[in-house]
Amino acid sequence: MTPAPTPEVLKAPLVVEFPFTRSLGPVQSAFLTGLREHTVLGVRTTDGRVLVPPVEYDPVTADELADLVEVAPTGTVTTWAWNPAPRRGQPLRTPFAWVLVRLDGADTALLHALDAPGPDAVRTGMRVRIRWAAEREGAITDIACFEPYDGADGGEAVPHTGTFTDPVSGIVAPARLDYTYAPGRAQSRYLRALADRTTYGERCPSCRKVYVPPRGACPTCGVATEEQVEVGPRGTVTTFCIVNIKARNLDIEVPYVYAHIALDGADLALHARIGGIPYDEVRMGLRVEPVWSEDGRYPDHYRPTGEPDADYDTYKEML
Amino acid sequence: MTKEPVAVVGIGQTKHTAARRDVSIAGLVREAAVRALEDAQLTWADIDAVVIGKAPDFFEGVMMPELYLADALGAVGKPMLRVHTAGSVGGSTALVAAGLVAARVHRTVLTLAFEKQSESNAMWGLSLPIPFQQPLLAGAGGFFAPHVRAYMRRTGAPSGIGALVAYKDRRNALRNPYAHLHEHDLTLDQVRSSPMLWDPIRYSETCPSSDGACAMVLTDRTGADRAPYPPAWMHGGAMRSEPTLFAGKDFVSPRAGRDCAADVYRQAGITDPRREIDAVEMYVPFSWYEPMWLENLGFADEGAGWKLTESGVTELDGELPVNPSGGVLSTNPIGASGMLRFAEAALQVRGRAGEHQVDGARKALGHAYGGGSQFFSMWVVADTSPAG
Amino acid sequence: MREVAIVAFGQSDHRRDTAEISEVEMLMPVLHQVLDAVGLRAGEIDFTCSGSCDYLAGRAFSFTMALDGVGAWPPISESHVEMDGAWALYEAWTRLLTGEAETALVYSYGKSSPGDLREVLTRQLDPYYVAPLWPDSVSLAALQAQALLDADDTGDGVADERALAGVAARSRTAAEDNPHAQLAGSPPPEALLDEPYLVRPLRRHDCPPVGDGAAAVVLAAGDTARRLCRRPAWIRGMDHRTEAHSLGVRDLTRSPSSRLAAERAGAFEAPVDLAELHAPFTSQELILRRELRLGEDVRVNPSGGALAANPIMAAGLIRLGEAAAAIHRGAADRALAHATSGPCLQQNLVAVLEGDAS
Repeated sequence: MTPAPTPEVLKAPLVVEFPFTRSLGPVQSAFLTGLREHTVLGVRTTDGRVLVPPVEYDPVTADELADLVEVAPTGTVTTWAWNPAPRRGQPLRTPFAWVLVRLDGADTALLHALDAPGPDAVRTGMRVRIRWAAEREGAITDIACFEPYDGADGGEAVPHTGTFTDPVSGIVAPARLDYTYAPGRAQSRYLRALADRTTYGERCPSCRKVYVPPRGACPTCGVATEEQVEVGPRGTVTTFCIVNIKARNLDIEVPYVYAHIALDGADLALHARIGGIPYDEVRMGLRVEPVWSEDGRYPDHYRPTGEPDADYDTYKEML
Repeated sequence: MTKEPVAVVGIGQTKHTAARRDVSIAGLVREAAVRALEDAQLTWADIDAVVIGKAPDFFEGVMMPELYLADALGAVGKPMLRVHTAGSVGGSTALVAAGLVAARVHRTVLTLAFEKQSESNAMWGLSLPIPFQQPLLAGAGGFFAPHVRAYMRRTGAPSGIGALVAYKDRRNALRNPYAHLHEHDLTLDQVRSSPMLWDPIRYSETCPSSDGACAMVLTDRTGADRAPYPPAWMHGGAMRSEPTLFAGKDFVSPRAGRDCAADVYRQAGITDPRREIDAVEMYVPFSWYEPMWLENLGFADEGAGWKLTESGVTELDGELPVNPSGGVLSTNPIGASGMLRFAEAALQVRGRAGEHQVDGARKALGHAYGGGSQFFSMWVVADTSPAG
Repeated sequence: MREVAIVAFGQSDHRRDTAEISEVEMLMPVLHQVLDAVGLRAGEIDFTCSGSCDYLAGRAFSFTMALDGVGAWPPISESHVEMDGAWALYEAWTRLLTGEAETALVYSYGKSSPGDLREVLTRQLDPYYVAPLWPDSVSLAALQAQALLDADDTGDGVADERALAGVAARSRTAAEDNPHAQLAGSPPPEALLDEPYLVRPLRRHDCPPVGDGAAAVVLAAGDTARRLCRRPAWIRGMDHRTEAHSLGVRDLTRSPSSRLAAERAGAFEAPVDLAELHAPFTSQELILRRELRLGEDVRVNPSGGALAANPIMAAGLIRLGEAAAAIHRGAADRALAHATSGPCLQQNLVAVLEGDAS
């Protein structure tokens, strides 16, 4: 038995990023289009409260709301927090206050940034007004931020049709999150060995099955796998499909064969591409071996060994 | 102690489509919820709790979106649970909601599932690149196609069975106004000659990507007594899970599916599902999964599922209609797809399935599955109370 | 209502970074710990329910891999919530109430170390009006804290920065007795006030540590519970409630959902002697104390609470576990446990646990 060594921790950056396309529905569309036009809309509830920003559904009664009103671009800070170190994506790059602002004419508050020289210049109850972004597109960021204001109260909300020319019906919301991925002990051991083109499975101390790649636990017994077992390099195609459409981000000419391969000594199949044989000659039971590229972490593909095909009964549990 | 019988008294769904550009996420979900309330002739105030489900949050890019959706779902001041069990989630969500009624924790519960796939791209959400790991080499169908081949090898099923399923389900969908795909002119020959994407799976044998939501109102006996339309009564419900990948895993007929079916049949007192169940809504994302699940769910002997399909038993007017709604092959808002199966089964026994009603359906099975063919949820509903 | 109890509780050591182990490698020893405590194997448990969140580590379906640590073979009856494990416990509790199950395994885990948690949590905000501004979780809590300081009245005493520091010092001093805590020990409150603000009015000590951890409990009904545990922690009531999402429509100094959940759980029917509150920020403890009517005679967070260890998705379940463990060892007779989720206490769960008279 080869006890598994404890490798140093593997880590790599993992970026999760997508420009989400969000459709808005009528109320949110009117509000965000209004911002583009320097107009702040709210929505009036059945019991007469004015909600700004306007929401589609009443947080108290769950009623659908559609009775739009216009409110002033001026208001009062209801609470605040001083943010000395702005983070990626936040409204201002210099230190600012997060504020909840109740705009004149509204009964609820809107979250945004307040540009102020320092925390001592900010207090609950202070008067502020919207500073509009220079370029507006119909998004909450059309409000660049709030700024201190010492003018008059903007007065009551007044009815508004919510109609604008060329309304925005959607927003694109790019979102990027940066992670550091670490695969853990068992996978790290496996990956280290793979760098030497050696494939190690791990044997369950309870059921004795050999897992490739090892995942840290025997999934049927719920116990850690630690005993390393060299498997392969040869194996048997247990089942497969012929891929006829190009997958995104993959530079592989179609058609090609995507197969489940039971490496010799392993108790379940892993997945890989088959090459070195016309795609329509690949069959269940085909014996294969890995072909490595210069710098690949994994075999580039598997090719036939020329051995006779394996008998179905020898691999039918590993499809 | 005995459980409270659970009745489905309200069902609502959206018109499913590739992209609902006219509504927000809340608007989409709300549409299904309002229709379910209208069907039950109840208001938001009648709802004691909300149980919502969906598949991975990355699809819409909103982490735990139920927090944002609380207002739209009338959940303010109420309990709200969020379920996620991969593709089976729509079914599991309904079962969690049913459990609240059965346990007499709540009397009337709104349960709901959705996916707004047009906010991103499902393949992106499903295949976030993980460092050190081999990229998924084959796209969505590449995961399923080898299992289909294994099924064919194991049973000797002729290669045309999958096309029969796809053609049937798309024809059924024409009778379902909410279905995503309405391919009026589709012919069986077109299905058979559609591009082979992941051999042995053809283009027309794959499911679409949809925006959609489904909602149900579940209630106790008192609530059922007040319902304006006949309720569907839950006679059994079960979930089963097995690991994603393991030595000895049977992807063609996973044991978790067999065990789950056996459990719901036991609860419902069913000994011969083929004879006793009048309609089935099963989760068939690729056409070949119909014969596979027919065996897994005990409607056919091992190796014989394809014969039921081939002989027309699963047609809308067959002895065991499968997916009269058109199924996942015609409509696939991933997180909602499982609940649609449960809801369509309930519509059948309520006699409210409209054009795709199975004549005389009194007992129906709703089935959902997900992950690496590892998470299963099912229910049996009937037109009479299990209490008699 | 059927008698159901927490009969075992386990948790990992909570640490800032656990890059050397995967989620399942972190979780599995905790599962073994609780199963060993009751002498059951996973296959002997009637129902399993877990809580976790894909967004923390940036991987869809991460819970499917965690299932490897359970040993779900033969297949098990199992479910998952994309919520804190406290809600997984709630789901399992209702399952036991139906009589369909005698025992349940509940677990949850969260690894915050792979990402920037303050940034990640912005993704759970209104995706149209708020998330595009990327307001981080500490800033939102600071808005709530400032509202509390402005209101300057929590019912029990003055809410000022000194009071917040007092919560921090008390919690982290208590955590010196908690071997799993990520942060333990504290200078006195007055010294804490000399530190700079992180996001005014919050200083670093007002905020929870960011870290990785896992927790598990076993539930059992009636005589099964008595057989598995010398002194079961009976769940006398449990309820959870939600508030509106937008901060601007809420009174941030109040937590009506906590109050309502506590009423429904029967928390006010008799005094409790111990409370485990899931208050990641010091200001939130002051709000919760008032809503839950906890007087000075109630021991609050003897474990150190979320200020000592706050593994997201597990920290709420840990409150239930810690309260139950206090009953198991005879250190409490009637305890309140609380869990929260969402920005600024949007969603809250309250459970009331009791031990039999000894």
